[in-house]
Amino acid sequence: MSPFTWNLLADLREMWSIPLLLNAFRAGSVIAVVAATVGWFMVLRGQSFAGHTLALVGFPGAAAAVWLGIGLTVGYFSACVAAALVIAMLPAAGRRGYREESAVIGTVQAFALACGTLFISLYKGFLGGTTSLLFGTFLGISSAQVVTLAIVGAAVLATIAVIGRPLLFASIDPDVAAAHGVPVRLLDVSFLLVLGATAAEASQITGALLVFALLLLPPATAQLVTARPAPSLALSIAIGLVTVWSALFVAVYSTYPIGFWLTTIAFGLYVVVGVVTRLGRVGQRGGRSPAVRREPMLDGTPS
Amino acid sequence: MTSAVVTLTASPALGDIFAHPFMRYAFLAGTAVALAAGLVGYFLVLRAQIFTADALSHVAFTGALAALAAGFDLRIGLFAVTVLVALGMGALGRRARPDDVVIGGVFAWILGLGVFFLTLYTTHRSSGANGQAGVTVLFGSIFGLSGGDAVLTTVVAAVVCLAVVTIARPLLFASLDEAVATTHGVRVRLLGYGFLVLVALTTAESTQVVGALLILGLLAAPAGAAMRLTARPLRALWISAGIAVASVWIGLAISYAVPRVPPSFGILAVATLAYLGSVAVSGRRRWAVA
Repeated sequence: MSPFTWNLLADLREMWSIPLLLNAFRAGSVIAVVAATVGWFMVLRGQSFAGHTLALVGFPGAAAAVWLGIGLTVGYFSACVAAALVIAMLPAAGRRGYREESAVIGTVQAFALACGTLFISLYKGFLGGTTSLLFGTFLGISSAQVVTLAIVGAAVLATIAVIGRPLLFASIDPDVAAAHGVPVRLLDVSFLLVLGATAAEASQITGALLVFALLLLPPATAQLVTARPAPSLALSIAIGLVTVWSALFVAVYSTYPIGFWLTTIAFGLYVVVGVVTRLGRVGQRGGRSPAVRREPMLDGTPS
Repeated sequence: MTSAVVTLTASPALGDIFAHPFMRYAFLAGTAVALAAGLVGYFLVLRAQIFTADALSHVAFTGALAALAAGFDLRIGLFAVTVLVALGMGALGRRARPDDVVIGGVFAWILGLGVFFLTLYTTHRSSGANGQAGVTVLFGSIFGLSGGDAVLTTVVAAVVCLAVVTIARPLLFASLDEAVATTHGVRVRLLGYGFLVLVALTTAESTQVVGALLILGLLAAPAGAAMRLTARPLRALWISAGIAVASVWIGLAISYAVPRVPPSFGILAVATLAYLGSVAVSGRRRWAVA
């Protein structure tokens, strides 16, 4: 492949002439859209740590799949969805006591990762693979994998399209939603399953440890800009796509791995947007606390 | 797959486990680190600061690889960066309580930076660079400790243990009821900082034993089990340390008997089983503190 030129379109066209890189862009786009959509609800519902745990469980799943000789994709999906079912089945009362909960989460995460090391050690000749399972890779995504990612992604998006409205209601005020006859518990379980499938999708390009680059940061950035659901969801998807595309673009020309670029670009966008919105708020409101709503005063008088 | 199963059964005799120097070093350093992790972990769970330890272990990973990439000794990066970040987190304190979105975003970026340093190290330091350095820091390499490493780890761990035991009573007081402790003249803020430094030292040194990703389990599981088994704080403190040490001993023995089982997995598996056992024993009894 020829070196980097400032004609970015020509660079992109050249990348896409290589099937390996074209597949990476296809898979990356599917993952970016799905992760940004589901992640938007995850941030709204405050379930980031559930998302993180589900992604970590993907690591032993993928390692076991390699050891047993079944596909990586199967390993990621079955482990993440199984973990989502387990979390969904835990009694709601068990989620109270914060002290014990954090001890349990810590134990489960560490044990899942330890299982991953066991499977890796059982399968010899895995050396370079551990780093890419944990920190992501964009190489070696086959056309069949892209198709699988697209089908699962479509199913996830279809589910979100069906449950989106009641889910939004139930996420913002579960008690009132339940009083209005919304099946809150059913929505909880289906959202966890959707989150598990999404964490599995995202892990395949970000690695098990860095899913937050696509699952958490783009939606969080979008929610800094606007609180209105539809624009903020659309913005989240746009930020996700920009993150994946620019990370892939830079990673092709650099020696550093995709995981570093994904997290750095996503985190950089989050910080820049955070600073800009805060400055805008201070300018608008004469230094009032950020908790004050940002709607401009109708009569235009500065407070 | 069949070959993998067959090799599981190949085991040397357990009797001569201490005949190998690397096993003696592993037991020495492992015992010391487990003792420190058990003691510190109890207070971490009591103070609901497990996620602080999680953050520090991520920092330890990036610090170690940054030191390797810059050509320093790995331990300088580990200890310096982890302790500095711990003090920084203490300074931010409770006033600036970050939400889980910020924590998650920062975690992910710190790990991403770690991968950056890992690549820097493996591609630019061709002489003596170890391609497995990243995996080693993440999952530990207790069987790779030299005699000097083991002694140093033991000394640091002993200092941590002594410090925890010395401040145990006031720290317990401050953790359970901060307001009352303050009125009784306990220097709550200073204790908080001191404890964070101890957590940082424990995380940094256990990175060599069980690894940056798995230390969380050794901090959380024995402490969680101890709190289920007894309501009396000082007794729970020692039970927690005991479970941690037993996990390391049994885990190392399993790994010695079945070489394909990584020592980190053995240690974590025993610690997790201990927690499950404590849940079974205590039944659905209420989570008891003090």
